Amino acid sequence: MDAIVLQILNGLDKGSAYALIALGLTLIFGTLGVVNFAHGALFMLGAFCTVTLSRILTLSHEVVDPTRKDFLGNPLKVDVPYIYDWFGESTGAAIIDWAVPLSILFAIPIMIGIGVLMERGLIKHFYKRPHADQILVTFGLAIVLQEIIKYYFGANQIPAPAPQAFVGSLDFGALVGFEPGAIIYPYWRIVYFCFAMLLVGAVFAFLQFTTFGMVVRAGMADRETVGLLGINIDRRFTVMFGIAAAVAGLAGVMYTPINSPNYHMGMDFLVISFVVVVVGGMGSLPGAVLAGFVLGILESFASMRQVIELLPGVNQVVIYLAAIVILLTRPRGLLGRRGVMED
Amino acid sequence: MLGLNKKDASLLVVVAILVVCAPILLNPFPENSSLAQFNAGYPDLMQRFVIFGIFAIGFNILFGLTGYLSFGHAAFLGAGSYAGMWMMKLLSINVIPAIIFSTVIAGVISLAIGWISLRRSGIYFSILTLAFAQMAFALAASVLTPITGGETGLQTNLNDPRILPEFLGGGSAVDGNIPKPSLFGIEMTASFEIPVAGWLWTFNWGYYICGIMMLIAFYVAIRIFRSPFGLMLKAVKSNQQRMNYTGLNTRPYMLACFVISGMYAGLAGGLMAAMDPQVGAERMQWTASGEVVLMTILGGVGTLIGPVLGAGLIKYFENIFSKINKATLEVWFGVFPDWMSDFFVTIVYPFIGKGWHLTLGLLFMGIVIFLPGGLVEGGQRIRKLFNRKSSDASAKANPAE
Amino acid sequence: MGILEVKDVGKRFGGLQALGDVNLDVAENTVHAIIGPNGAGKSTLLNCLVGKLIPDTGSVMFDGQSVLGRTPYQINQMGISRVFQTPEIFGELSVLENMMIPIFAKRDGAFRLQGIDNMMGEKDIVEAAEKMLVDMNMADKREMHAAAMSRGDKRRLEIGMCLAQEPRLLLLDEPTAGMARADTNNTIDLLKQIKEERDITIAIIEHDMHVVFSLAERITVLAQGTPLVEDTPDNIKGHPKVREAYLGEAA
Repeated sequence: MDAIVLQILNGLDKGSAYALIALGLTLIFGTLGVVNFAHGALFMLGAFCTVTLSRILTLSHEVVDPTRKDFLGNPLKVDVPYIYDWFGESTGAAIIDWAVPLSILFAIPIMIGIGVLMERGLIKHFYKRPHADQILVTFGLAIVLQEIIKYYFGANQIPAPAPQAFVGSLDFGALVGFEPGAIIYPYWRIVYFCFAMLLVGAVFAFLQFTTFGMVVRAGMADRETVGLLGINIDRRFTVMFGIAAAVAGLAGVMYTPINSPNYHMGMDFLVISFVVVVVGGMGSLPGAVLAGFVLGILESFASMRQVIELLPGVNQVVIYLAAIVILLTRPRGLLGRRGVMED
Repeated sequence: MLGLNKKDASLLVVVAILVVCAPILLNPFPENSSLAQFNAGYPDLMQRFVIFGIFAIGFNILFGLTGYLSFGHAAFLGAGSYAGMWMMKLLSINVIPAIIFSTVIAGVISLAIGWISLRRSGIYFSILTLAFAQMAFALAASVLTPITGGETGLQTNLNDPRILPEFLGGGSAVDGNIPKPSLFGIEMTASFEIPVAGWLWTFNWGYYICGIMMLIAFYVAIRIFRSPFGLMLKAVKSNQQRMNYTGLNTRPYMLACFVISGMYAGLAGGLMAAMDPQVGAERMQWTASGEVVLMTILGGVGTLIGPVLGAGLIKYFENIFSKINKATLEVWFGVFPDWMSDFFVTIVYPFIGKGWHLTLGLLFMGIVIFLPGGLVEGGQRIRKLFNRKSSDASAKANPAE
Repeated sequence: MGILEVKDVGKRFGGLQALGDVNLDVAENTVHAIIGPNGAGKSTLLNCLVGKLIPDTGSVMFDGQSVLGRTPYQINQMGISRVFQTPEIFGELSVLENMMIPIFAKRDGAFRLQGIDNMMGEKDIVEAAEKMLVDMNMADKREMHAAAMSRGDKRRLEIGMCLAQEPRLLLLDEPTAGMARADTNNTIDLLKQIKEERDITIAIIEHDMHVVFSLAERITVLAQGTPLVEDTPDNIKGHPKVREAYLGEAA
């Protein structure tokens, strides 16, 4: 029993990332009808927003510390971040410690900007082109974005630790009455899951309760009619693209403590995210979220020792296997609508 | 000639001449010149040109004719390589059984994957093929270790049985060494070198074997493009509804096309193993599938020669362009004043050397946006431009007409 | 007994009864029109005939054989060809290639792997296609991209492609919808010519009364998923029920 709870919990954080990326993909697909292979790159860019911010925060100048001496007996030079000068040492250190959550504020405008730029500059010209062309051009864009990041940040993983307060684990088992130590769950993963739920909730609330969201939903259902009503749907779709980019970016920002970012993390997630979208049902937002969590949890169950002993290698392929089975038995995915992408 | 019309036949002849003369043509710079690093006429790279050419030709038969975008072709390439390796381990070091078996195995696997994937079209088909290929990759790297060698991969060994008689390439060892892949005793690595003035031309057996295979593959592809079967595949791309209401069953046409395309990939994989007898699972990864997509689009999807050009271009980039470093650039721009030279080096550097992927990505995007027909369409447009100019000129020259 | 017999066919979509107990008998070598106001179930009925939809009840017999449960290509191979409301042709192919495909399908059946032979080397097929293009009066457009043609020409090509299969029954789904008057008249003339020159049964679904009355020998009027009357054009014109359900509404 405790093992099952543990696997569900383990599946949640990966599932959250899948769900967030798939949500953004579906938003773009549903509103714009564009298959965006560069979406994983947006996730990666978000993660590198964190890296950039923590580099900015730790920008330093050299100060001679008269009280200490180096091993040659000269006065010791130490790097002091500018931020210490402005906010004092303790506040400055706290800000640096909280770089990852702070990156959320930093990443939102940047990601929206990148998203809008992408839509206006590139995607816009591909609305009427075949899906294969959309896949190809965004695939090219993903390579370009990833290479730019590689040029500036190098090919290695760059660690971005969580704030001190969230380092460590929660003994979840003891909390709900299992043996102590049976279910250990890192604090940051809890944070990530809660954050993902909040973000998903925010997107749904936005679509459900604002006029803007209503128009976008109508546009998703029937683009031409809304266009005929004289509503400037194109501009709204641009904004939607920005929001989708921000969702992917934020998923990346918060994922950095779980997995240190590197330039190809986007591609790694992209392949699975597409599987998630298709399993959830192309164009269905709840489907994307549901499928994200289901597949995340499924993957974590498949990596249990007992399961692997029974079916070796199943942990590697379970997501793809699930995708194939679902696509063949439920052609429209878990919650897909009729008539989407059935050309 | 050979059942081709004049235009196709001359294309085949041109390609054949290029393949035969490649060791000379690809080495335009003298051995000791500063530009010698741009010579591509060494066996290893030339083999890759033609092998990936075969891979891309096969991919184009599927994508170019039917418009079905497979993101899982690397699985067939990898399966072909493994199959070829096993032939060279168990049967004989002779490359012929390896190549045949790799093509057959890839055909069988593509039949199975195609049977399922072709139930869906559009992006669902792409995702299904991607899922299968990723599964194949994951399994090859883990559970299938007894067959694939897992993460270390598969190599020829001294204790491999190789049961065929020696003159057919059997035997575990030759003079105490692992035998090298060969064709009735001629080793694939064997070359003869001809130094001419400052140039060095290397004629390699392995390359010519691959080259011949590519010419055959290319010829078959032309025949398929011009056949009633090819017409049906183009019709599938154009209008499946009309196909169905014209009494044609699209499924077997698609499946046959998918299997043929997979067999091309298997042949390429088998040749890879025959040229360099070691295979790792990464050959099946989806990035490898992406690469063949890039090649085909870059060269010109749906055209005959495009995929070969694309394959050549990408492999040239990967092996030659990527080796340009900062020092080379500084030499090139050395003619300018220092500040200008520094400026140019800074601008250009991110796009070359290790950054060649960036150039490739930009080039690829440019092609998809502006030249959907790839390099071939680019060539046609340039030719049209010149034709118009010359016809304008002749019109001016003969105002009486 | 007609070549096409539809008996008690019914089809529901959720709560909507699209077709209820449709009976239809199309006699061989006649032109039979099916008319009715929008939403009368004309298209649903047609889709049941060609295998796109499977009716919930009833039977559809073509030349004594049931078509139910067969796929569109199988039904086509039985001898039913369909012309669509918007012309469905192979836009990326040349006009001649368009015309060759149905002739291949007629000769080789639903699938034949002929991967090495030269398509243009199939003399019989090329000749038959060229002859059909001459019959359709579009021999001069032989090498043209089909997508580049006018709508009238696309319609002409599509009809030609269907005829090239020598079908026993030709189904036309509003063949003049969205056409200019001149194109409509051309299409009517073409269909009249086909009727005179060939042994063929034509079933036509149409909105345009001008087209219907210039072609049809029998007319079935559908309203709300059921046939109202079936009679000759002259009798239909004067039928009070029809005036009420259809013509009155249109006038």
